[in-house]
Amino acid sequence: MTEPDRRAKLTRFLAASPFVKTLGMACDIKGDEMTAILPFDEKLIGSTALRALHGGAIGSFLELTAMSQVYLLSEIDTLPRPINLTIDYLRSARAEPLYARAQITKMGRRIANVRCEAWQSHRDKPVASLHAHFLITAPDTPS
Amino acid sequence: MSDNQKILDTMRENMVNVISLVPWAQEIGMQVSSIERGKVSGQLVWSEHLVADPATGIVHGGVITSLLDNLGGMAVVSALDNFRTTATLDLRIDYMRPAAKGLDIAATAECYHVTKTVAFINARAFHPATDKIIASASGAFALNTPKGWTGSKRTAAT
Repeated sequence: MTEPDRRAKLTRFLAASPFVKTLGMACDIKGDEMTAILPFDEKLIGSTALRALHGGAIGSFLELTAMSQVYLLSEIDTLPRPINLTIDYLRSARAEPLYARAQITKMGRRIANVRCEAWQSHRDKPVASLHAHFLITAPDTPS
Repeated sequence: MSDNQKILDTMRENMVNVISLVPWAQEIGMQVSSIERGKVSGQLVWSEHLVADPATGIVHGGVITSLLDNLGGMAVVSALDNFRTTATLDLRIDYMRPAAKGLDIAATAECYHVTKTVAFINARAFHPATDKIIASASGAFALNTPKGWTGSKRTAAT
């Protein structure tokens, strides 16, 4: 699959995914780099008292960003499947847009290791970071 | 009545309503089913809007993360003797298998240790219909003191 095909396929997946729509996430893909954007919405709030985004919404956003970046740089046809992930919550996320970018630490034959960081108004003040492994083999491939 | 009993009573009284104060938990259709000291269970019903890929009907991992994070935080509060607010420090999730199409997802979080500043939890998500595990999680939660709280003096964490 060529790079433009890969970008187009990822864009189609994100547009067709009900959960991506539920979350309200959008992606800005330029070449092999992607910035994910999560516009603020009241439904993403985890604490009405503190007006902070829910840790699960932040985690969902980070996982989708990491998965998308792995897919863009991998050579597989199917979407990467998460093996495990760790989310560090660094600051409370305010009722504002959230951005994220992911970086592949290692692209193995079967497993990809990826890190992802989310921030709000200041890029140097991350709100949360994720470290994850994704399976990058076809679902029916014995491994 | 012990102070923890007061917290448990308050949590149970508000069990149905507590989720209404958490818009994202409402969005994913999460419900709390039982609260004991240090142990909280909940579930959610499979729904189209939680699906990652319409071709498979598999619920996205982020939904599981949301469920386990929320129940983890509640398990921490249910283990305390004084009411404190909590914030997730970190959460690790291992995915055993995808959440199958059409099946409800249940989860239980247990708070197994509390210090002055941090509480630790373990959690699992599974399909009650088949008793198959979907994911396991462990996490640490920071214990914060509500603003204006003038309880016992805080000492350095050990």
